[in-house]
Amino acid sequence: MATASEIATAAARTDVRNRWWLATPALLIVLLAAIGPLVVVVLYSFMVKGDYGDVKYWQFSLDGWFSVIFERDVFDDTLKLADAHLIILWRSVKLSLITTLVTLLLGFPTAYFIATRDRRWRDFWLFLVTLPFWTNLLIRTFAIQEVFRNEGVVNSALLQLGVIKRPLQIMFTDVGIFLGMAYVYLPLMVLPLYASIERFDFRFAEAAADLYASNFNVLRRIIIPMMRPGIIAGSILVFIPSLGAYVTPRLLGGGRNLMLGNLIELQFGQGRNWPLGSALSITLTGGVMLALLVYVRAASKSGSGQHG
Amino acid sequence: MARRHSVRRQRGFTTIALLCFVLLYLPIGTMVVFAFNAGTTVGAIEGLSLRWFVTAWNNESVIEATLRSLTVAPIAAFVATIAATMAALATTRTASYRGLAFKVAFINQPLMVPEIVTAVALLVVFSRVKVWTGYTGIGYLIAAHIAFCIPFAFLPIRARLETMDLSLERAAADLYATPWKVFCRVTFPLLWPAILAGFMLAFVVSLDDVVITEFIKSAGQETLPTYMLGQLRRTVTPEMNAISTMFLALSIAVVTLFFFLSRKKD
Repeated sequence: MATASEIATAAARTDVRNRWWLATPALLIVLLAAIGPLVVVVLYSFMVKGDYGDVKYWQFSLDGWFSVIFERDVFDDTLKLADAHLIILWRSVKLSLITTLVTLLLGFPTAYFIATRDRRWRDFWLFLVTLPFWTNLLIRTFAIQEVFRNEGVVNSALLQLGVIKRPLQIMFTDVGIFLGMAYVYLPLMVLPLYASIERFDFRFAEAAADLYASNFNVLRRIIIPMMRPGIIAGSILVFIPSLGAYVTPRLLGGGRNLMLGNLIELQFGQGRNWPLGSALSITLTGGVMLALLVYVRAASKSGSGQHG
Repeated sequence: MARRHSVRRQRGFTTIALLCFVLLYLPIGTMVVFAFNAGTTVGAIEGLSLRWFVTAWNNESVIEATLRSLTVAPIAAFVATIAATMAALATTRTASYRGLAFKVAFINQPLMVPEIVTAVALLVVFSRVKVWTGYTGIGYLIAAHIAFCIPFAFLPIRARLETMDLSLERAAADLYATPWKVFCRVTFPLLWPAILAGFMLAFVVSLDDVVITEFIKSAGQETLPTYMLGQLRRTVTPEMNAISTMFLALSIAVVTLFFFLSRKKD
C-alpha cells in the first residue's frame, strides 16, 4: 500500500508533467520562430558566403567573423582594419550612450514631477507618458522627422525669426539620429524611474532636511542613491533598443550614417555577405546580453546594499 | 505640511518636466495638424481640409495593407494569448520545480534579442523553408508575429496569476469540479481582465511591428507599417500624415482601453 508521502510525491510529479504540457505550445512556437532561427544565425556566421547571398552549406570558415573587424586589401592581400565597420560600431555605441544620458537627464525630473503630484493628477501625467510609449515607433519617427526637416517646423521658425540664414541640416546627420532616438525612447526612461520614485518614502528626505540638508543635498545624497535600481533599469531599457535601432537611423540617418542594425541589413541585402551579417547580428546580441548582465549585477548589488 | 512640500520641490524639475511633455507631444501634434492641410506640402498650412484622408481612403495599396495588418494582428494576438495563458498557468502558483526558471526565460527570450537580429534570423530560415515547401503565403508573417507577441501577453497574465491564491480553485475541486470546470468557472472569470490586457498588448505589438515584417514578407505582402516605411523613403505628401493620424487614433483607442483596464485592478 502506498504511504501518504508516496501519494503526495506521485501527485507532485503528475502536476509537474501537466505543467510541461501546458507550457508546450508557447515553448514550441518560441523555439520554432525565435530561438531556433537564432541558432541558425550562429551556424551561418561560421559558413562560407554564397556567391549571390545565402551561404555554401557545411563549408565552414571564420571569414564572417574575421571581416567584422578586418578586411583584405584587394591588391596585395594584406590585412587592415575594416574602418567602415569600426566607425559604424563606434557610432552605435556612442549614440546609444549619449541617448541614454540625455534621456536620463530629461527623464529623471519628469518622473520626479509625476511622482510628486496628487494621486488624481499622477494618473493623468502618467497616461501622457504611456501614450507615446505604445504609439507606433514608425509614426513617432516620422513625426520627429517632419519637425527637423530642412523645410520643417524648427527650421521654418528659426528662419522667420532671423536666428539662422540657412536651414540647419539636422536630417541625415548623427545629431538627427540622436534626436530621433532620444525622442522615441524617452518614455522607456520615464516609466521605470517613475515606478522607483513612487515607492520612495519621503520621510527619508524630511529627516535629512531636519538635519539642515539643502534640497539639492537631499536629492544628491538621499534620493538619487536610493533611486539607483530605477536609474539602472531606465538606462538599460533605453540603451538596449538604441544599440539595436534600425528604423530611426534608417529614416533620420539616411544612407550614409548607418548604425549596426542598418549595417546588418546591408549584409543581407546588397552586401550579399550573410556570414558577415550573421556575425554582426551575434555581436549585437552579445552587446545586449552584456548590458543585461551589467544590469542584473548592478541591481543585485544595490539590493544587498540597502540591507547592509 | 508646508515643509513637506518644500522637501519635495527640486529647483528646475517642474520646468524640465513640462518641457518634456511639450517635446513629446509637439511632433505628434504637428503631424496631426498637417494631416488636415489643404495644400500639397507638409511645410506650410494652406487651409484645412479632409482631402488627404479621402486620398488615403481611395488608395488601394493603403486599404490592402491595412486589411492585411488587421488580419495578422488579431490572429497573432489570439493564438499568442492562448499559448501565453497556458504557459502562465504552468509557471505560477507552485513550489519551484526543475525547469520553471528555464520556461520563463525561454518564453521571454524574444524580448532580450534585438528586433533586427530576430528579423534576419527569420529571413534566413524562412527563405530556405520557402524554397523547400514552395509555400509563400501569409503563414510566415503570422507565425513570426505569434512568437514575438507571446512574451507580451505572458507578462500581464503571469503578473495577475501571481497575486491570485489557489483557495477558490481548491474549494471548487473539493466539490468535485473537474479541472476543466474549475478553469472555466473559477480561474478564467478571475483572470480574464489580465487575459484581455495581454491580448491587447499583443495586438498593439503585432500591429506596430515593422522590422520583422519588413524582412520576412514575400512580394505583395505589405502591412500598413511596412507600406509606410517604403513610402517614407520618397517625398512625402500630407497623405502620410493622414494615414499616420488614423493609425494613431487606433493605437490611442486600444492603449486607453488597456490603461484603464489595468488601472482598475489596484
